[in-house]
Amino acid sequence: MDQTLLTGNVAAAWGARLAAVDYIPAFPITPQTEIIETLGAWVDTGEMPGRMVTLESEHSMLTAAGAAAATGVRVFSATSSQGLLHAMEMLYTVSGWRAPFVLVNVSRGLSAPITLEADHNDILAARDSGFLQIHCADCQEVLDGVLLAYRLAEDPGVRLPVLVNLDGFYLSFTREPVSLPDPAAVARFLPPFDPGNIRFAASAPESQAVAVLGGSPYSYFRYETHLAAQNALAVYDRVAGEFESLFGRQRQAVEAYRTGDADIVFYMMGSFATKAREAVDRLREAGQKVGLLRPRLLRPFPTDAIAAALDGVQGVAVIDQNLSMGQGGVLHTELAASLYGRPGAPAILTSFIGGLGGREITPEEFYQMVAVTREAVTAGKAPPPRLLYTEAELREIRKLQAVAQVEREETTPLRWSEDSNQGGAGHE
Amino acid sequence: MSDARIKRMKDLPSTHLLGTGTPMCSGCGGLEALHEIYDVLGEKTVFVNAAGCMTLLSVYPFTPFRGSWLYTAMASAPAGAQGVRDALDILLEQGRIPPEDDLEVVVLTGDGSAYGMGMSATSGAMDRNLDFIYLCYDNEGYGNTGQQYSSATPHGAATSTSRGSRGYPGYKKDLFAVWAAHAPAYVATVIGSEPLDLARKIEKAKEIRGPRMIIALSPCPTGWDYDPKLSVEIGKLAVSTGVWPLKEYIDGKVTHTRLPHDRPPVEEYLKLQGRFAHLFEPARDEELLADIQARVDRYWENVTPA
Repeated sequence: MDQTLLTGNVAAAWGARLAAVDYIPAFPITPQTEIIETLGAWVDTGEMPGRMVTLESEHSMLTAAGAAAATGVRVFSATSSQGLLHAMEMLYTVSGWRAPFVLVNVSRGLSAPITLEADHNDILAARDSGFLQIHCADCQEVLDGVLLAYRLAEDPGVRLPVLVNLDGFYLSFTREPVSLPDPAAVARFLPPFDPGNIRFAASAPESQAVAVLGGSPYSYFRYETHLAAQNALAVYDRVAGEFESLFGRQRQAVEAYRTGDADIVFYMMGSFATKAREAVDRLREAGQKVGLLRPRLLRPFPTDAIAAALDGVQGVAVIDQNLSMGQGGVLHTELAASLYGRPGAPAILTSFIGGLGGREITPEEFYQMVAVTREAVTAGKAPPPRLLYTEAELREIRKLQAVAQVEREETTPLRWSEDSNQGGAGHE
Repeated sequence: MSDARIKRMKDLPSTHLLGTGTPMCSGCGGLEALHEIYDVLGEKTVFVNAAGCMTLLSVYPFTPFRGSWLYTAMASAPAGAQGVRDALDILLEQGRIPPEDDLEVVVLTGDGSAYGMGMSATSGAMDRNLDFIYLCYDNEGYGNTGQQYSSATPHGAATSTSRGSRGYPGYKKDLFAVWAAHAPAYVATVIGSEPLDLARKIEKAKEIRGPRMIIALSPCPTGWDYDPKLSVEIGKLAVSTGVWPLKEYIDGKVTHTRLPHDRPPVEEYLKLQGRFAHLFEPARDEELLADIQARVDRYWENVTPA
């Protein structure tokens, strides 16, 4: 099959192009901007039909995306990090509209401090929004994920927007060989969007997104959305099966890598899972029964598939590229909640926080996490959550702090330092 | 546009489209304006709403509209209008809906959204020359939450967050000027108590494409504290005293559609409203009354008859 070198961003744009999207509301943000620049260039040259409009904020972008989907066209949009949070009100809103469309998020650590590289606190902030979530580990998955997302979103039993996540820099700006599916095959996989009766037309007046008063109707409609998200589990399995038969690539809700006979398993998501896969191979070479479990689908949460893959496993090293302040890792909490009380579930779930703001996770750290998890299995008790952070990094931070201190002293007005040097009454 | 069909009161539509029994307060000046506007616009409309009093017009499973409705959020109704308009254009271009299924997209927000939280989205929609009508019902405060002051609140008005003896210390933002600075297709001020002026402007707006921006001053019995039966009288006084200039912006030019002669003192307008009672009781606040009057006078000194 023909392969071409694409960044994750351009792979996402190809996903939208192959999905023959009608409408692209856009707003630039690093590291996502290449997606809308790519689509904009295609629309300008006529290589791709469709209409693109740059809004004045992500909040407006998501409003326009939801409103267009609710009017009956196929919509694609993309954002990242602060942009996703700026739009957060509308994420919850448009999923409640049951407006099906696809939003790509290019993960980037959240402010403060403001930064550029990837972690998953942005996408996990949208965890409870009603958007379904597909998480990608490589550029091919990004393209495939966008196509799968449209099938999932537009399924009559689902009708919810879907977020497709890729990691900033590690995927957004990394070129990998990607095979571009034949457009005719994509058209068979993904027929034109049928909005059904949810649209706006003069001949069929419709009130959408109206208010409800009282908890009873509110509960009803919120739970309907939850049930639709639950429906998406079976729909995803069916759609991924069709995808595999058409394009030959497996895209199950959960990727299990060498877990069959494993006693220790890494559990994580996103592009850093490819580092874990490499570590699994090295550890297997060293005779250790180690595997990797990676959810592609985070919403709906594929509880049964995860539990089945972990059945009989002794310990799971959960690596969270996120931090819930005052609690720890989100994946760890969710995995514990979904496994608790299940016969055959691993007794030990260790928790590691790593890769925040794009911080590297080294092979040695993967080996160390397995060792810690083995010790916990032997001891029958998991240690407290641990931040992956080396002494060398701490030394570097201490150096930066020392520089900051010197800079402050050298740029502080002389009078202040004279006062402070007198050591008497002190300074304000 | 010169061949306006609505010339006299008897030309106003006799069929009333908006349903009755809404949860709006009795005497609501915003609902009065909406009634009149809807009759001119007709039912081939989709109202895109932002959080405010009128969000309660459509509460499941009822709506007073014969056409369509989409509630968005407080800050981004114009962006919702963008999505609906663009999607309708795409469907029309692709032949997926017939031309007769097209809709006029109408943003409906209060002053809280229009003057404040939604201003960025409104500015963006005008920048993009979005083909839509924006209808702001302006009751000069965050009315749906109990009339806290907004940037549409007039100087000196008591609100639930400006209860002091001098009322709201700020000055009402000139949204007409802010909108006109974007050079949209059309901007107009209207009021429900002047139905002929209102209908002629809506009729004109209907014939134009691009952003058509309407601000309806909306006397508010609960927020302004007066007997609901006075809504029309207060509305008429807002115009005759010169507090609410009726005007329009088109092709770069502002024209006043009503030049009030022999303007009665502004206090004739103020004294009917509890929100200005502190200007009269327990003692007349001559300084503040003179300041309010002077600002109105200064406005009209700068208006040259068309």
